[in-house]
Amino acid sequence: MSNSRQGTSSAAARPPARPAMGPRPGGRPMGMMRHGEKSKDARGTLLRLWRYMRRQRWPLVGVAVFVVISTVASLLGPYLMGIAIDRYITNHDLPGLARLAWLMIACHLVAAASAWLQTYIMIGVAQRAVRDIRSDLFARMQSLPLRFFDQRSHGDLMSRLTNDVDNVSMILGNGVSQLLSSVLSIIVVIAMMLALNVRLALVSLVVAPLMFLVTRYIARYVRPRFRQTQETLGELNGIIEETVTGQHTVKAFAREEVTIGQFCEVNARLKSVAMRARVLAGFMGPLMNMVNHIGLAIVVGTGGLLAVQGLATVGAIASFISYYNRLGRPLSQIANLYSGLQSALAGAERVFELMDEEPEVDAPDARPMEHTNGDVTLDRVCFGYEEGVPVLNEVSLHADAGQMIALVGPTGAGKTTIANLLTRFYDVDSGAIRLDGTDVRAVRKDDLRRKLGLVLQDNFLFADTVMENIRYGRLEATDEEVMAAAAMANADHFIRRLPKGYQTVLSERGSNLSQGQRQLLAIARVILSDPDILILDEATSNVDTRTEKHLQEALMRLMAGRTSFVIAHRLSTIRDADQVLVINGGEIIERGTHKSLLAQRGFYYHLYASQFRGQALPEAV
Amino acid sequence: MRSALRLATYLKPYRKWALLAPLLMLLEVAMDLTQPRLIQRIVDEGIAQGDMNLVLRTGLLMLGLAAIGALGGMSNGVAAEQVVQGAGADLREALFRKVQSLSFGNLDHLGTGPLVTRLTNDVTQTQEATMMMLRMAARSPFLMAGSLIMAILTSPQLTYLPLVLILVEVIVVMLVVRRATPLFTQMQTRLDALNEVMQENLAGVRLVKAFARADHEQERFGGANERLAWQAITAMRTSASMFPFMMITVNLGVVGVLWFGGVEVTRGTMQVGQIIAFVNYLLTTLFSLMMVSQLVIQFARAGASANRIAEVLDSEPWVQDRPDALRELTPRGRVAFEDVTFGYDGNGSEAVLRGISFVAEPGETVALLGTTGAGKSSLVHLIPRFYDVTEGRVTLDGVDVRDVSQETLRRHIGVALQEAVLFSGTIRDNIRYGRPEATDDEVVAAAKAAQAHDFIMGFPEGYDTILGQRGVNLSGGQKQRLAIARALLVKPAVLILDDSTSAVDVETEGKIQEALEEQMKHCTSLVIAQRVSTVLSADKILILDDGRIAAEGTHETLLKASPIYREICESQLGNGVNGHEQ
Repeated sequence: MSNSRQGTSSAAARPPARPAMGPRPGGRPMGMMRHGEKSKDARGTLLRLWRYMRRQRWPLVGVAVFVVISTVASLLGPYLMGIAIDRYITNHDLPGLARLAWLMIACHLVAAASAWLQTYIMIGVAQRAVRDIRSDLFARMQSLPLRFFDQRSHGDLMSRLTNDVDNVSMILGNGVSQLLSSVLSIIVVIAMMLALNVRLALVSLVVAPLMFLVTRYIARYVRPRFRQTQETLGELNGIIEETVTGQHTVKAFAREEVTIGQFCEVNARLKSVAMRARVLAGFMGPLMNMVNHIGLAIVVGTGGLLAVQGLATVGAIASFISYYNRLGRPLSQIANLYSGLQSALAGAERVFELMDEEPEVDAPDARPMEHTNGDVTLDRVCFGYEEGVPVLNEVSLHADAGQMIALVGPTGAGKTTIANLLTRFYDVDSGAIRLDGTDVRAVRKDDLRRKLGLVLQDNFLFADTVMENIRYGRLEATDEEVMAAAAMANADHFIRRLPKGYQTVLSERGSNLSQGQRQLLAIARVILSDPDILILDEATSNVDTRTEKHLQEALMRLMAGRTSFVIAHRLSTIRDADQVLVINGGEIIERGTHKSLLAQRGFYYHLYASQFRGQALPEAV
Repeated sequence: MRSALRLATYLKPYRKWALLAPLLMLLEVAMDLTQPRLIQRIVDEGIAQGDMNLVLRTGLLMLGLAAIGALGGMSNGVAAEQVVQGAGADLREALFRKVQSLSFGNLDHLGTGPLVTRLTNDVTQTQEATMMMLRMAARSPFLMAGSLIMAILTSPQLTYLPLVLILVEVIVVMLVVRRATPLFTQMQTRLDALNEVMQENLAGVRLVKAFARADHEQERFGGANERLAWQAITAMRTSASMFPFMMITVNLGVVGVLWFGGVEVTRGTMQVGQIIAFVNYLLTTLFSLMMVSQLVIQFARAGASANRIAEVLDSEPWVQDRPDALRELTPRGRVAFEDVTFGYDGNGSEAVLRGISFVAEPGETVALLGTTGAGKSSLVHLIPRFYDVTEGRVTLDGVDVRDVSQETLRRHIGVALQEAVLFSGTIRDNIRYGRPEATDDEVVAAAKAAQAHDFIMGFPEGYDTILGQRGVNLSGGQKQRLAIARALLVKPAVLILDDSTSAVDVETEGKIQEALEEQMKHCTSLVIAQRVSTVLSADKILILDDGRIAAEGTHETLLKASPIYREICESQLGNGVNGHEQ
């Protein structure tokens, strides 16, 4: 009877996701695909990365100083070598050579010391920058609205938090200082070459434009392919995460082979995309090497010509060649870094994308909240998770402080949604929710949530001890207080029977306990947090009937003096409610007490009667 | 080390490429090695003798060889990627298959979180290491050996110099590696810890928000983050200290060459050009050695990942099929438990079930009631062999379930687990999950029986509506109904409903029961329930207490015979629970 009245208004109790690509686990992350276009802004990403490093101003200055010293010092080498050859060796002047040798040794020691210092400092700078990026990312994630998490693939999010940040970390560590010293080397070398012999220097720089061309050409093709690689990796992660955590269901339906097939499809795609990107990026090295050799050939050829014509000395040419070689190394280092840099940039882009998501913020004038009495009013509240699909329609209710309100009705009718709105996981579309007369939107979210105690259908537990999990309700609580809360929730006796009692470590998501036991822990947690308002979302439906009786008593004690909203299916739990609100199709269709509603012989009456299916009703009506 | 070798078997299909790659690199290296020699020729012969032609010809030769070298290098890249990407994809697939083959017991033991990291992070690390090996490890040793030989050939008198220097460098490398490796392993551990915090926060985001614990989590994360940063800095600084040492070695070597070479030139036993060439070769040798040592460190880091991957690959599934297991079955659905004892860790003392014996005839509905943790779920998990019994046996139509292959068994058993897990995809695909070849009519029929059809049609796209991660866009009751439809569609001989209507309201549940009664005539059903209303019309009700069957009977007989049952009924249905008594 009731189902046919539901229609679209109560279609979803939670927000629907935007379409994924195809019917398989771990569909593509939504919404982020469109950012692919604007991500070509490599400079912007680099700038942002740079800003993280810039926070450590003095260390960076130190690095710069030492880079200069070490590069200059080490580049004096070839120059001095040229002198050694021209002035001393050719003239067989051993004492002179000896003096120069000591000078060279001193030079090298300085170079090595500064190189060491430079790296030492740079590592600290880079890792702290990565630490800051991670921290900011995590903080941003904490402040994102629930809607965000309901709509995204967890696997992809984790991929960004881990893989992509790792990419950035790898390159920042070595990459930056190598880049710095390489660039500096190149500059100094060119300067020294010019100082030695302008003609030769200019000739040797002939290949420079060629190098730029090679770099740009490859860059243009490589970066989008790296981005594709990261995206596909994120997709694969999504599949892995979803199927591995849902492995029990996969096995229950013997779907292992099919799941493997889906995995292989994305795996193959990842392989080909990654290969394309990396092969292309890998061309950089050999190509640059070749260009370098071309340059060398030109230099030597020209040098030979000049020498033959007496326009340059052998020693100068030897120096020159040595310098040219010194050009080769930094260039190939840059080429080697290249592939890593592209990958890191792609990773950084995905990280920054996440950081740019809109956080849920309190209104600028949001007030903190002191003690509340617990008057709760919903005033013509309308809400829908999606445009055009309303879930609540002009719902109004009022609970005086300390009352127990029971919400009943078919699933999907909007009861859980009311809970979501009270906690401001979502905000109303129109109408208002007031606490002690104050609109909840005028209050800071965190304060509001601390005043509410929530026991959900699906209770999350951390991979930590039972004691710590319960203590999560009030972090400053003592061990005795924790145990007292557990006793009130009737969880104490089963906890003590666990292998290590309260110190038993729960496995991830508390999966080494039964559903019912997890619920009891969650209830203990709420008891400890001592909220002013309770919201119990079908809290007791997973607990067996015996325990439920004791629990009912404890909850009665807890609810005394506190406003409580109980969303339950068990009619036995709501018999003592001060108000029963029957919600169907996003509206409150009946209100009253259990007895008065039965007398009405309306919707509620039928709901109650159906529990007995053919047997006589216990209450005489 | 052993793990690395074990993983190396994945390179086998690509061995042609794996051998080709270094050869191609050899080509590039050989070309590189000729350059100093050619320069020497230009200086000593061309310039010294004023032979322009020679200079030009040699120059052109250098160009040609450089081009060949570049081709070699690029092809090496292609070959190397074939190996790395190919073997990497294969390894990932092997790991995934392995995970799919593991039983519930393994999954409990390993944890799904760590498994995900193995599949992603650890594989990538191993790939990177292999890549380094094929590209640079191919290059550096060749280059090193090649230039050493060339150096000695060029100036035999100075042979002792490079040898001494190499020795010094090797010692330095070994010292650094010994100190750095454990530091990197620790770094990896801290990284894991950090990832765990992140994953927990993602999964428990509702909780964190509900208790407004963002600050607390931030602190927790911050602590782990800080520790990781510190560890990373220490490890990297240690390994980076290698470079300056080597730099000094190299440069002092050059000074040495100049000095000793200068002496030789003064004596007339060497020429200037030789010195220049020797310096070049020496530099190349020593720098290659440095590259090799960097590789060694990379390798050490990847070693930790290799170990973790090997651990998964080597795990034995707790529940396995016998080689002669039955693969064909047309069961009528008679389920029997014969004195079954079961414990999660295999020994009798921690037993969750003790001495369970009962029979469910084909077409019967057996309901299980009991306190939390009494063993109801564990009991039904034994039927599809999610776990195996410790003692006693479970039979289907008289056949011990351990004699049937898991896949065959599960094809005939429809399960709606306690936690209804749905996957992203359309509703239709989710319902069809157990039997993809089912027709649309069958899908709709199953959905109708599960009372899901109406709410599905309430969505704009009906059965084609796409569900998000884990079916997040449905209410708990809706998810459960889809799970029931999914179980029904399999047309099972045995249907297991594990507390699968807990989130569904009483009235809807009643309708599901009615519809199921029709369906369940064709199959044996085991229903775990919390609500008495669910079990009122069961053929048999089993009451479990602390792992044993405390009472057995129908609703009527139990009301008379079992005080526990009476108590449960009273608390749920109110006083005067039995129609007879009024």
